[in-house]
Amino acid sequence: MGLITPGLGLIFWSALGFLIVLFLLTKYAWKPILAALDEREKSIDHALKSAEIARNEMSNLKAENEKIIQEAKIERDNMLHKASEAAKQMIDEAKEKAQLEGAKMIESAKAAINTEKLAALEEVKVQVGILSMEVAEKILRANLSTDAAQQKLMDDLLKDIKLN
Amino acid sequence: MARKFLCLSILLSIFWLGFSNPVHAAGDGESKTGFILPHVMDNYEWHFATIGHTHVTLPLPVIIYSPDQGLEFFLSSNFQNHETHKFGKDYGVGGYYIDENYKLSAADPSRTFYDFSITKNVAMMFIVIAVLLFLMLKSANFYKRNPGAAPKGIASFIEPIVIFVRDEIALPNIGHKKYRKFTPYLLTLFFFIWVGNILGLFPEAANFTGNIALTFTLAIFTFIITNVNGNKDYWKHVFATPGVPVPLLLIIVPVEIIGLFTKPFALMVRLFVAITAGHIVILSFIALIFVFESMAVGVASTIMVVFINFIEILVATIQAYVFTLFSAMYIGLAVAEHDHH
Repeated sequence: MGLITPGLGLIFWSALGFLIVLFLLTKYAWKPILAALDEREKSIDHALKSAEIARNEMSNLKAENEKIIQEAKIERDNMLHKASEAAKQMIDEAKEKAQLEGAKMIESAKAAINTEKLAALEEVKVQVGILSMEVAEKILRANLSTDAAQQKLMDDLLKDIKLN
Repeated sequence: MARKFLCLSILLSIFWLGFSNPVHAAGDGESKTGFILPHVMDNYEWHFATIGHTHVTLPLPVIIYSPDQGLEFFLSSNFQNHETHKFGKDYGVGGYYIDENYKLSAADPSRTFYDFSITKNVAMMFIVIAVLLFLMLKSANFYKRNPGAAPKGIASFIEPIVIFVRDEIALPNIGHKKYRKFTPYLLTLFFFIWVGNILGLFPEAANFTGNIALTFTLAIFTFIITNVNGNKDYWKHVFATPGVPVPLLLIIVPVEIIGLFTKPFALMVRLFVAITAGHIVILSFIALIFVFESMAVGVASTIMVVFINFIEILVATIQAYVFTLFSAMYIGLAVAEHDHH
């Protein structure tokens, strides 16, 4: 058992010891530890990958959202445009209708006024006729109160007929 | 983190100073440094301290197998003088004795026997194994109980190292197709050496990973795994190196075959030298105190020991890393699939 001459006993024991350690550690330590490390590395890898996927999906979703918002804006603009046009049309139509209606009303009012006027004039005419008849009667009564006057009227009337 | 390391180093140094065999300080120049080599080498007993004349030791089992007498068990204290706790030829038991250089011999020199004693380093290995099993099984338990959770406690200490060994040592050197098969071996190798190195730095601990028998065994494991898993390309490179003219093969093939063995040899020597040298340097600085017996040297040595302890913590990790890295590279070379030849 010198310094540089390996002793048989120690070779034997260290070989035995090392083999036992190798066996025990491989079976009960390295395999579970390495498996756990692999497992964890895999799960970290997996987590990173799924995070990447999620990020991509997020950006896709965002783009889609923006697209939807864009479309909605266009839609809204269209709707607003259509609505304002429809409103304008309705207003125009209403105006036209109102104008027509107004014109009709004015027309009918005019007609009614005319009728009223004619009726009033007729009334006036009748009244004038009655009045003139009354006047004429009074005048006649005054002028023809004597026989001579009556004769004279007769004569005049006859004269007129002859002339005709 | 740095403060923790500082505290740890200071603590280690204080222990080193406190427990370093003061009995040697009383003797002559030789025995003042005499504790260094026995410390870095293996021993049949675990000697902690000598307080006055009382030896604080842990006697260890001496197990001997011989073809003629079969298995025999003794206790290391049986081979010692009860007063001085010294081994020697005079204190033999059952036809064996341990001499002053801690060498087990048979009283009858013609007998052959095999020494399977639980020496200090083997006992140290049991502690290392216990610590390893405790740390790893506890953290494995965490993962079983909390699937998918972030690590906490021991698991959070172990996990980065496990990931480092898997992703920085196994994966780049062996390739993504086959690295999973060898990761458990490399993880065991790394933690075995690392915990051994770190625990070896504790005072009174054995120089377990700095023992050539252990580094030899580990290197042999890498050698076996490398060559058992060597594919067609690997062996073709050894015995019929592509693109080399036939006459040159006479030179190349022996070189390649030698190369098979120099790789584990380098592994064995590197770890042994790095750890043993570190222990010798620390012990030498401590020995300086007893050699010079001066306050100034004591202060300076202590500072140096603290500093070296820092470096040794670093070296403990680097050597575990390097041993694992080179093992992974050798395995990677053996299982690599070449498209370009």
